[in-house]
Amino acid sequence: MEYEPVIGLEVHAQLLTNTKIFCGCSTKFGATPNTHTCPVCLGMPGVLPVLNKKVVEFMMKMALATHCTINGECNFARKNYFYPDLPKGYQISQYASPPAEHGWIEMEIDGGKKRIGITRIHMEEDAGKLLHDEHNPVSHVDLNRTGVPLIEIVSEPDIRGAEEAAAYLRRLHEILVYLEICDGNMEEGSFRCDANVSLRPRGTETFGTRTELKNMNSFRNVQRAIEYEIKRQAYVLDSGSAVVQETRLWDDTAGVTHSMRSKEEAHDYRYFPDPDLVPVVIDDAWIEAVLNTLPELPLEKRERFVREYQIPAYDAGVLTASRSLADYYEEVVRLSGQPKIASNWVMGDVLRFLNEDKKEIRACPIAPAALAEMIRLIQDGTISGKMAKEVSEAMYRTGKAPGAIIEEKGLVQITDEGALAGMISEIIGKNPAQTAQYREGKEKVFGFFVGQVMKATGGKANPQVINDLLKKMLAGTE
Amino acid sequence: MELCGLTIHELQDKLRAGETTSAEITASVLKRIDAVETEVRAYITLMRESAIEEAARADEAILRGEIKALTGIPIALKDIFCTKGVRTTCGSRILHNFVPPYDGTVVEKLRAAGAVITGKTNMDEFAMGSSTETSFFGVTRNPWDLTRIPGGSSGGSAAAVAADECIASLGSDTGGSIRQPAALCGVVGLKPTYGRVSRYGLIAFASSLDQIGPFTKDVEDCAILMNVISGYDPRESTSVPEDVPDYRAFLGRGIEGWRVGIPKEYFIDGIDPEVEAAIREAIRVVEKAGARCIEVSLPHTDYCVAVYYIVAPAEASSNLARYDGVKYGFRSEDNRDLLDMYKKTRSAGFGEEVKRRIMIGTYALSSGYYDAYYRKASQVRALIKRDFEQAFADCDCILTPTSPTPAFKIGEKTDDPMQMYLSDIFTISANLAGIPGISVPCGYTKSGLPIGVQFLAGHFQEGRLIQFASAYETHAKIEKRRPAL
Ligand SMILES: [Zn+2]
Repeated sequence: MEYEPVIGLEVHAQLLTNTKIFCGCSTKFGATPNTHTCPVCLGMPGVLPVLNKKVVEFMMKMALATHCTINGECNFARKNYFYPDLPKGYQISQYASPPAEHGWIEMEIDGGKKRIGITRIHMEEDAGKLLHDEHNPVSHVDLNRTGVPLIEIVSEPDIRGAEEAAAYLRRLHEILVYLEICDGNMEEGSFRCDANVSLRPRGTETFGTRTELKNMNSFRNVQRAIEYEIKRQAYVLDSGSAVVQETRLWDDTAGVTHSMRSKEEAHDYRYFPDPDLVPVVIDDAWIEAVLNTLPELPLEKRERFVREYQIPAYDAGVLTASRSLADYYEEVVRLSGQPKIASNWVMGDVLRFLNEDKKEIRACPIAPAALAEMIRLIQDGTISGKMAKEVSEAMYRTGKAPGAIIEEKGLVQITDEGALAGMISEIIGKNPAQTAQYREGKEKVFGFFVGQVMKATGGKANPQVINDLLKKMLAGTE
Repeated sequence: MELCGLTIHELQDKLRAGETTSAEITASVLKRIDAVETEVRAYITLMRESAIEEAARADEAILRGEIKALTGIPIALKDIFCTKGVRTTCGSRILHNFVPPYDGTVVEKLRAAGAVITGKTNMDEFAMGSSTETSFFGVTRNPWDLTRIPGGSSGGSAAAVAADECIASLGSDTGGSIRQPAALCGVVGLKPTYGRVSRYGLIAFASSLDQIGPFTKDVEDCAILMNVISGYDPRESTSVPEDVPDYRAFLGRGIEGWRVGIPKEYFIDGIDPEVEAAIREAIRVVEKAGARCIEVSLPHTDYCVAVYYIVAPAEASSNLARYDGVKYGFRSEDNRDLLDMYKKTRSAGFGEEVKRRIMIGTYALSSGYYDAYYRKASQVRALIKRDFEQAFADCDCILTPTSPTPAFKIGEKTDDPMQMYLSDIFTISANLAGIPGISVPCGYTKSGLPIGVQFLAGHFQEGRLIQFASAYETHAKIEKRRPAL
């Protein structure tokens, strides 16, 4: 039978606040275990949580960027379960009253646009980490991550395939990073995704039994895991069995999902409003203030680049991949006034150099002003496009200004027609046979003359000037 | 009278006049502890050495002329308050070796006010009980009759004040745990408005009900301690940024013209006749003082115990989840795996009553039962709160018995949890409504057991409550007795 996959994603994004959600401890990744802790995040007896306001603001940014309705009041709830990385025996999360709901994001799929609904966004605290000893049957608990703020972004079951799921995830990732509220690092776990997958016969409306997939720590793995799960469920259904509602873990090495726990074994989290916290009240003035801090989002930026700079959609996509790259490009355009040429240079040499060195645009040794200056020098004929290649490489390696490099290398282009005309008449005089051939209509020998002029000038002659002069002089009009 | 038998304000007068020193007062208290503690057993942990050091420092401060609100006064703490470097057990085996790395807010405030901390007092395990019998460290005995309970859960703090084993103490009150033992031990005990005193550092039993308050020998001392411990704390989200008045300014103001509500639902069958007679007498006293008593109704009174025994265990089941043997406290040995460790640790670490309440609370929050129990209880709780709001529209304060009976025999109710739960029948409502309540001695039974009367007022009306209690104390002229120890 032909099935249609129905997929919903739950994304956990760690927020880039300086301090944790309910205490003053640092959120920095990678510290010595248990050094970013205090009685509050250690879950000591008698401690109480106090909400970090920045977390609410970051949540609001994401809510506004994904067109969610922000509720005027929301509550924190306790999610109760036992695990050694959860020092209080409950996670402070949000349940019955989420702060933001009913949103959507738009993405480009197969040339068209598709909206994926956002069911809700809520705030919660992260748990710690267990470090298992490889040689002894002991585990250690690192509570540095305990209390690091998270937002959970739950999508509607609007996704219809593994590729689409990956595309949605990329869009979400891009927005979070653009908003500068999450570093998006999937390997370090600051951007995590679980997927709910079910199948139904194509053309039907009711949802099939779903499984929840966990442990996918890259975009590729999310896509692979969902692809696998779709095939597995189709096989189960085709063989006349029923899909079991359960949680399954993705095994990256084996490329399969394994059953982790069934519905019967599922936790009863016994959610109830956390009596240690008061309701969070969000008024219109606060929403307005956060709205004013929102940057232009990637999709809007992409569309504006196409419109304003007349560059192809593909180029706009590349140039808006990150906020800093887009800012870099726009600065070059502002200073050079050449959007198309600027995009060629940024997408070409600049990104190539950076990729080779695995560097971020922020660390690029070529300042936007230097690149704009180089573009101006090409435009006014001081250097040729070919020379510019050499100049840009040197700019990247040395960080020097283009003028200095041109001078050092003696790269200035010869555009003086008088000097070139003398040289050309000399070459014509020395090569009567080729001149005769050209005049008989063998235009192929034109290239020979160009080569001769270049040789004579050490490659510094302005090609356009040579072309024009040669044509005139070979024709014998001069 | 020995120094240990005096009140805070009497001792402060002597300290200011140079008639005594904190070292002498502290020595008197420690001597008294040595004499009677083997019988009363009010303390879990005595802090003898640090108390002597603190007294010496207090005397130096007094010599420099720096006398603060509690300088040099020996105060005991219920063993539910986290004290930096001093074992804090909450009366439980599971925390029998727990040494907090921090001081709770009230402990910081007491220290900042110059108090001498004498030790950590006994309590029902995790404050769950009305008799101090559920403590892992054994029962505290009522100083007035050593065969009887001191009340609970703050029984150690109440008994220590009654037996002069400290000058005053702090307890916590989740359903009556200050007021009921105060009544049964013949001392003054106040539970402030929820949000008035910071809970930071108070080991949680039921977070939406817990509140810290003082045990003192008279109402003036109560006002002195309230001045020290009250106030907004940015470390507690439910703390209320409401101004703290000088509670001493309410003393001796009189209650002429006050309307005093007598809730008809509080004079029930099962109330001890001697208690009822004492309360009727208290009503006559306040009328003689110029107040007018009127009947008021708190129609949802019948539901208080039921609501309480859903809300409190539900919150407790979650609050006590952190005691899992992983990070601190008791951990069982020979565990097969993680689940086994959890089960063994919690089975052996908690006592019967605590486990009973964890089970009740877990059940009440379970999916499928939440709506019928926890949600319903929360809704009824709102009605109970409204009862009080409506009553306080007609009266300035409410007068009730504190406890339906005087102190009962040790072991008398341990096998009957329902009977035990009913000892808090008059005190629970104030916690559910979040309002302040005070218990003041109002007489003795023929056999010499103390009886307490409870006054309740609206949110943040502790000043008026103290004013009322002070006037009552003045007019009632209850004979000052000392337990025969
Ligand atoms: Zn912390």
